[in-house]
Amino acid sequence: MTMTTKPRLMQGNEACVEGAIVAGMRFYAGYPITPSTEIAELAAEKLPKVGGKFIQMEDEIASMGAVIGASLAGLKAMTATSGPGFSLKQENIGFACIAEVPCVIVNVQRGGPSTGLPTLPAQGDVMQARWGTHGDHPIIVLSPSYVREVFDLTIRAFNLSEKYRIPCILLMDEVVGHLREKVELPDPTTLKIINRKKPDLSKIGHYNPYQDYDGDGIPPMVNFGDGIPYHVTGLIHDITGFPSTKPEVTEHLISRLMRKIYNNIDDIVEYEKFFTDDAETVIVSFGSTARSAIRAVKILRKEGQKVGLIRLKTIWPFPRKAIQELPSTTRNIIVAEMNFGQLREVVEAASRGRFDIIGLNKYNGELISPDEVIAKVREVHKNA
Amino acid sequence: MRKSLEKYYRIDKLPHIWCPGCGNGIVTGALVRAIDNLKLNKDKICIVSGIGCSSRAPGYLNFNTLHTTHGRALAFATGIKLARPELKVIVLTGDGDCAAIGGNHFIHACRRNIDITTIVFNNNIYGMTSGQYSPLTPLGAYATTAPYGNIDRNFDLCKLAEAAGATYVARGTVYHVPQLIKFIEKALQHKGFSVVEAVSTCPTYFGRKNKLASPVKMMEMLRDNSVTVKAAEKMSKEELTNKIVIGEFLDVNAPEYVEEYMKIIKRAQGEE
Repeated sequence: MTMTTKPRLMQGNEACVEGAIVAGMRFYAGYPITPSTEIAELAAEKLPKVGGKFIQMEDEIASMGAVIGASLAGLKAMTATSGPGFSLKQENIGFACIAEVPCVIVNVQRGGPSTGLPTLPAQGDVMQARWGTHGDHPIIVLSPSYVREVFDLTIRAFNLSEKYRIPCILLMDEVVGHLREKVELPDPTTLKIINRKKPDLSKIGHYNPYQDYDGDGIPPMVNFGDGIPYHVTGLIHDITGFPSTKPEVTEHLISRLMRKIYNNIDDIVEYEKFFTDDAETVIVSFGSTARSAIRAVKILRKEGQKVGLIRLKTIWPFPRKAIQELPSTTRNIIVAEMNFGQLREVVEAASRGRFDIIGLNKYNGELISPDEVIAKVREVHKNA
Repeated sequence: MRKSLEKYYRIDKLPHIWCPGCGNGIVTGALVRAIDNLKLNKDKICIVSGIGCSSRAPGYLNFNTLHTTHGRALAFATGIKLARPELKVIVLTGDGDCAAIGGNHFIHACRRNIDITTIVFNNNIYGMTSGQYSPLTPLGAYATTAPYGNIDRNFDLCKLAEAAGATYVARGTVYHVPQLIKFIEKALQHKGFSVVEAVSTCPTYFGRKNKLASPVKMMEMLRDNSVTVKAAEKMSKEELTNKIVIGEFLDVNAPEYVEEYMKIIKRAQGEE
């Protein structure tokens, strides 16, 4: 059995910092913004204790830049923000995508657009997390529902980011970020921690920083200062790292960036299924909304209603398989999310017309309650 | 080029993209000579740039080089320096990159006094996008976006750096090369945030719009309009209009950011 620490009351934002340090985070750059600020405060306190570095930068853009710089210099690095700050970070997130710099960006979602509802929850950044920065690129986005899961998925975000050399976004929401729950943390020595792949210089001779030596689409990475000087740019570049505008170089780079993620969907995608085996109606949800959905499913099942739930832990790449493997009994999918229906359209595309897709949406700063989920399921079943 | 300097360049990446008569190669050459004169360990140097003509320089230099997003070189450089203090971190930037889009990062890097050397290639214009005015374009000068003359008052970047907290500040030009090399050497040896504004030339875009459309004319302009810090002290404000004051403005010691942070680590770990 995995050893755990003594149970203690912990906030989601606190669990994020605990997880990050266990994952090996040794650099944090951030800017204060509600409802993510506790992450910066705790990082400032805890990082120097483990020899790590914390810096409060002059703005959100600088925080993202500093994180990328620190990661290139060899430290696992993270920043945390919320809506407006997430918008500001997007250009440099794109830099991390094209230059393949591992890093973790936490977005504790609040109501938007713009300054929106700073202290209230929302899940309105689902699409921004996917497509916030310009151009074709893959991205990994994870979304926790519980405080303990914040800890686990923060570690997973670092692991996936290091393994695939990609920025990884932890998409929390205000409820999960500020919620306090009783948590038992695992013994860190029992956890799998992944570090970026280094080149075997005895085998490759001259190091090309963007060459796919192993055929997995992931170039091994040398840290700045480790004795092999090379060039990193946000321009389209060839395997040597230098700019090129050649069509074949451009196509090769973008294709490889996509391939390294989409060839490993099963490793990256995680979701949980509850009572879907015979379900007539399946709820798809994530983050704090999924907690209400679980409660609703339990109550409805007691009444004999054939309802199930898919709780997404990975949002991007979207777990299409979760939708496609639903049993023949399933007729309806209710997508419950605190936005106007961002994920619903994705579920609709994945379902390829097999199911009726119904949105359960709230975008007024209030949580979706179990009662509202129950009411929606009853309405769907009544109309069936 | 001197044979002994070739190791600092990525010779296979030459010729560079800069126009004939551009001063950027002279600034880059001055940096290389300063590094060579100081016998710095090549592998422990990291050169970071933003976007623009000047920011293409690192691509030709054989060090750890990072070509970042527009205006953000100092933010990336701050992460590198704090993560790996043993690296000598140099930022190459332009007047638009540093003083406009990157202005916030510039003043805050000055304020922190983090041990980074910033060399600003000041050609008074956005060259990469073909000649728009920058925050360092002189009042009244012409640019593609100032077809009737520039009404934006320009920054004195050295005064800005000094006021914001930089601890070594100097201005040189690509006409006064030995002096420019000396300033860069001193900046590289300085502990803290050092700024060298290198006034450069852009005959293609600044020159053509401002009756200086030849490299020679631009060099003559630098020669004829430059006054030393000492001479400037005796001149009136009117006399200094359109003059380029060159020399060292500041060379002081102050607590350096990374060293201060290392003390925090010791304190947090209970060693102090």
